[in-house]
Amino acid sequence: MGHGASVFTGQINKENWGDKTVDPNAAPTPISTIRVVLPFHLRTLARVEGDVELAVQNPVTVRQVLDTLESRYPMLRGTIREYETGERRAFLRFFVCEQDWSNEPQDKVLPEAVQSGREPLIILGAIAGG
Amino acid sequence: MSSVRVLVGTRKGAFILCADGGRKNWTVSGPFFAGWELYHLKASPLDPNRIYASQCSGWFGQLIQRSDDGGATWNPVDNKFAYNGTPGTHQWYDGSAHPWEFKRVWHLEPSLTDPDTVYAGVEDAALFRSTDGGRSWHELSGLRGEGSTANTHAQQWQPGAGGMGLHTILLDPTNARRMYIAISAAGVFRTEDEGATWKPINKGLVSEFMPDPKAEVGHCVHHVAMHRERPDVLFMQKHWDVMRSDDAGENWREVSGNLPTDFGFAIDVHAHEPETVYVVPIKSDSEHFPLEGKLRVYRSRTGGNEWQELGTGLPEKDCYVNVLRDAMAVDSLDECGVYFGTTGGQVYVSPDSGESWMAITRDLPAVLSVEVQTLA
Repeated sequence: MGHGASVFTGQINKENWGDKTVDPNAAPTPISTIRVVLPFHLRTLARVEGDVELAVQNPVTVRQVLDTLESRYPMLRGTIREYETGERRAFLRFFVCEQDWSNEPQDKVLPEAVQSGREPLIILGAIAGG
Repeated sequence: MSSVRVLVGTRKGAFILCADGGRKNWTVSGPFFAGWELYHLKASPLDPNRIYASQCSGWFGQLIQRSDDGGATWNPVDNKFAYNGTPGTHQWYDGSAHPWEFKRVWHLEPSLTDPDTVYAGVEDAALFRSTDGGRSWHELSGLRGEGSTANTHAQQWQPGAGGMGLHTILLDPTNARRMYIAISAAGVFRTEDEGATWKPINKGLVSEFMPDPKAEVGHCVHHVAMHRERPDVLFMQKHWDVMRSDDAGENWREVSGNLPTDFGFAIDVHAHEPETVYVVPIKSDSEHFPLEGKLRVYRSRTGGNEWQELGTGLPEKDCYVNVLRDAMAVDSLDECGVYFGTTGGQVYVSPDSGESWMAITRDLPAVLSVEVQTLA
């Protein structure tokens, strides 16, 4: 766990909440603890220090992680993804295991190293622009 | 003893400057939201502790911050500005049809009757309102013609060089249903029904850069000011020309008079003298700095035409800053104070209606906006 990391437990799966057909003996949906690295200004906005740790339901995709992040920190809505399109804002990039995931579909499952918490999802702001 | 609180928005954060009524000894707080563009901050006239701020950046988009303790602490409120229905198109710089796209909040105008109600003028030009202290925003889409019987020609609106922003919102203190707004580069519009329908009020404006210089819309209005005791009298700083209307915008006439240049951005009215108007003349639309490198404010005590140069305490040479449209304000102390901020990072105050000036602070980031609260 990173220094000063914040931990949030993901939400109940609303799709089966109150569903009488759900087997009460079924195994709970697996949850992974994901680390997210935010750029400086978003750490300040969210009032967190260091990496953010989130409990995200499997399958762990970029979209799941960001949905969980924004649910926990509502002030981040609209700052990473455009409201209108849901797409990544132009001056931000996503990095995973030293690979640029900025143009990968948000529903692509993240690597095991991220799902296990060994590697973070990095949200990086463009350096250019002053 | 009365005091003043100056709210300064800059390219790299917000600053709050405080002084007692003497306006000589100042404290500077900030930067708040360091590194972000603070386009505008303004307080509720009903609750001096309630302040709204427009915080934005090219990286992270738009946020709205709200303070309930006079700027000591802040919390983000809602930042979603969604145009009603299918936004449609406006003209682009090349005349082609361009979809409406939200970019930023240019101006926040708290209601005169409810501290939880606040209006937001945005780019691409539209008017939004919150009635819950910023927790949600809704477009008053009659301005862009949706469902309106008044034809505001929104499809014909075109951005100015700085973008198509709704930068001025004036609330009539004598008539809660009347508002004025101004857009670069569409013009001035008025509503008589709290924003449901709007009418362009640009008759008398002449803009030589337009194919039809007297068109009903398309004028690059830089700012409009009004004295609260005379809501039918409006003063305008246009892209060239200082203008005046005495009939709520139905007709405009030029009052540039003896100004050395009538290009500029900021304009404001003395708190106690409705015929006393202030402008900061800027050399030209190609050179956004004072004439001859001398920073000057001009004051008319006759509602225009006759202007007096004010420069005591202002730079006499080598000054090539600009004063943006929302960067001038007045307080309402007995001896009206006048304030303005520059793109060079200075904030000036005159505690004597413009007779003399002093710099409150000199080295802020480029100033985008200045508002003043007069506190009992």
